[in-house]
Amino acid sequence: MRSTMDYLALAEEKGKRLGEIVLKEQAEEAEKSQDELRKRMAANLQVMREAVQSGLRGERKSLSGLVGGEALKVETLCRSGKSLIGERVSGAIARALAVVEVNASMGKIVAAPTAGSCGVLPAVLLTAEEALGSSEEDMMTALFCAAGIGMIIADRANVSGAEGGCQAEIGSAAGMAAAAAAELAGGSPQACIHAAAIAMKSFLGLACDPVAGLVEVPCVKRNATAATVALAAAEMALSGIASAIPLDEVIDAMNEIGKSMPCSLRETAQGGLAITPTGQRIQAEFL
Amino acid sequence: MGRSTVFDLIGPVMVGPSSSHTAGAVRLGAMARKICGGQIVEAVLTLHGSFAETGKGHGTNLALAAGLLGMHTDDERIPQALAMAEEQGIAISFRSGDLGDVHPNTVKIKLKAKEGQEVEVVGSSIGGGRIIIGGIDQFKVEIMGDYHTLVVLQNDLPGVVAQVSSLIAATQINIAQMRVSREKKGAHALMIIETDQAIDPAALALIKKLPAVNQAMAIEPLD
Repeated sequence: MRSTMDYLALAEEKGKRLGEIVLKEQAEEAEKSQDELRKRMAANLQVMREAVQSGLRGERKSLSGLVGGEALKVETLCRSGKSLIGERVSGAIARALAVVEVNASMGKIVAAPTAGSCGVLPAVLLTAEEALGSSEEDMMTALFCAAGIGMIIADRANVSGAEGGCQAEIGSAAGMAAAAAAELAGGSPQACIHAAAIAMKSFLGLACDPVAGLVEVPCVKRNATAATVALAAAEMALSGIASAIPLDEVIDAMNEIGKSMPCSLRETAQGGLAITPTGQRIQAEFL
Repeated sequence: MGRSTVFDLIGPVMVGPSSSHTAGAVRLGAMARKICGGQIVEAVLTLHGSFAETGKGHGTNLALAAGLLGMHTDDERIPQALAMAEEQGIAISFRSGDLGDVHPNTVKIKLKAKEGQEVEVVGSSIGGGRIIIGGIDQFKVEIMGDYHTLVVLQNDLPGVVAQVSSLIAATQINIAQMRVSREKKGAHALMIIETDQAIDPAALALIKKLPAVNQAMAIEPLD
């Protein structure tokens, strides 16, 4: 089973970034060149960029009609100069909404780690890129860093809402994105790990209770708020704040919480928001 | 669960909306198609748990059908898969059912091929688009689609395992994992051999000719 400590020890010993350690390990395990893996990751990044662009145009509607046009609304507010929280965070929200809108309308996205949570990582990474003026190579390393955090989660727990609730999807996405953003900003491997832990702790216990079983309500807006949490977690870690509970233990706690969650809160649409009067009404109307 | 890779966590590139209910379902259909190995004419799918409860809203039916037609998770024709199946004269039907103590996202796929063979595949979508095939006909298996896989149905006789593995070894193919199971002593038995390289067609032909072997198939890994 993978452990944060293994990656951290290697990164510190070799004076490398986490993403570089993950890339090297993966190339060796797959018996492929690092270049080949980098190319494949670059293709994923390209799909992420296209999904953001497509979603921001605001022309998409989900099959149910519940979702569509939200990204453009936030983008418009942001451009008007009336943003409450500033261009940076507002931009991240718009990007996350854009990607998830594309997903809800059966468009092409990159699962990161899942489709239901596909907006968080591109939103955070592209926002950090804009803030920092990052190179394409640094973006690649950050993506491998994010994937490394995800692999630890998949090994120790899982990334499935049906198994572990929304904390396993959105929580994992936020952890991956926070670590990647911290790495892009030049944080130490230790800081990246703390960023992931801080972000994941914010989502422990989160139920997967989609209305009518669709990846729309509350998933779409939750991706946007998760992007802001990931940025906040990275900011804290970069300032030198540590997570009191180490990442491995946070992941183990998430696993334990997921196991004790009733089936009704694990993607079955039989609990939580799905069975509120309004949730039931929406289900009756759209299915 | 097997060790994950970076592209399990950032990927697949897929048509939404759900990695487990859409992309995973495409891969389950695709794997069942590979296991059947023939031209599918009829498919009866039994959806269990979360697949049954929320499948409709996720396009799970469309995704499973798309996989049975050989599509990949990023194929933008997935929304039209059922209509395409109808055009091609493939009868696909769905029902809900309790498949017992299995993963919440599980489906049983019963396939009939034009060539006459019938096969029943049970598989689960375990998150992020990853899958496990848990059963082929009456046998319990564990195939993730990550490796080249050789499935051998044989009579439970002494020496068969050695014969098969030596034919594989003779073609310089490395075995990653191997499992042998059987119905009962002396009856039908099943071998699942996962290899690092593709099974040599000549070796497969020789394995098929072994007197104790009833059926052998090489399944490619999923893309």
